[in-house]
Amino acid sequence: MTVPRVGVLMSRVRLEEKLLFEELGRRGIEPVILDDRTLVFALEDPPDLAIDVVLERAIQHSRALYALKIFEQWGIPTVNTYQVADTCGNKFLTTVALLRDGVPTPRTRIAFTQESALRAVEELGYPVVLKPIIGSWGRLLSKVNDRDAAEALLEHKETLGSYLHAIYYIQEYIPKPQRDIRSFVVGDECICAIYRSSAHWITNTAQGGRATNCPVTPEIADLSVRAARSIGGGVVAIDILESPEGLLVNEVNYTMEFRNSIETTGVNIPARIVDHLLAAARNGAPRAGAA
Amino acid sequence: MASSCPECGANVGVGNKPMAGEIVQCPDCGTELEVKNLQPLELAVAPAEEEDWGE
Repeated sequence: MTVPRVGVLMSRVRLEEKLLFEELGRRGIEPVILDDRTLVFALEDPPDLAIDVVLERAIQHSRALYALKIFEQWGIPTVNTYQVADTCGNKFLTTVALLRDGVPTPRTRIAFTQESALRAVEELGYPVVLKPIIGSWGRLLSKVNDRDAAEALLEHKETLGSYLHAIYYIQEYIPKPQRDIRSFVVGDECICAIYRSSAHWITNTAQGGRATNCPVTPEIADLSVRAARSIGGGVVAIDILESPEGLLVNEVNYTMEFRNSIETTGVNIPARIVDHLLAAARNGAPRAGAA
Repeated sequence: MASSCPECGANVGVGNKPMAGEIVQCPDCGTELEVKNLQPLELAVAPAEEEDWGE
């Protein structure tokens, strides 16, 4: 097969994108940059973009979502797919998918008013964690320790936030050993994992969590691949909590960052992503609307 | 390669192989800057983080 023509949907060139471009260059591929700030999609008139596959690396979830839907409609394979982005970018949809497939995850409640949300909080028992339905990097996560804090937070979210902040997503707080696990899944394989350690209960590396290698046990590998399949597969990073009762999948990330995980794990993550991308180009696009 | 920070005027290096869209940080004022053009090298203040940014 001739070398596939690769488009990269993005706007911001981070270290991850540079590493991916270097890897594509090693394969003799000069990617076409699809800058989401300049694209105009004529929906009824698909252009000849002269690309065989799109690697989605947009930093903005909403733009990624719309663009991926359009590429899907036009029959261009994407990594990841629209369905995966939609599910992973929305914590509610992620939880629903994990529960549907029997993947262990923290107990979660959804409520639509301050009163019902407070009832859900008290039913779960303090402390609880409130999260925005859409958001990343550990931003706007709230650990709520008592009723006073719950009442204040719920009022603030309804008064100061967008309508999405009044879809209350409430989870039990999982006491964890000052770390969580992030595993990386490419296709049907868990290729590596890191511990993210922090004295703070939020362990995201974007919030200062420290990355160290986490040996991929059969349990971690199995749980990670099951979680990845549940949200639709592809190239994803799984956040796993070590609860006293066992491992729980907390979130799944579809535009994963990996700068802290290559040397840490010894795994060439960008090479594995490009392998998967080129396989997607060879296999073609899934039928639009297919799960 | 280097250019000046549009915020404070400091000299900002961008390495030997900068890319359009790459983010660099001004060593003096800490502002995040985006490489807008390569020839001539032009830096602009990078877009501020929005609510749906992430991974």
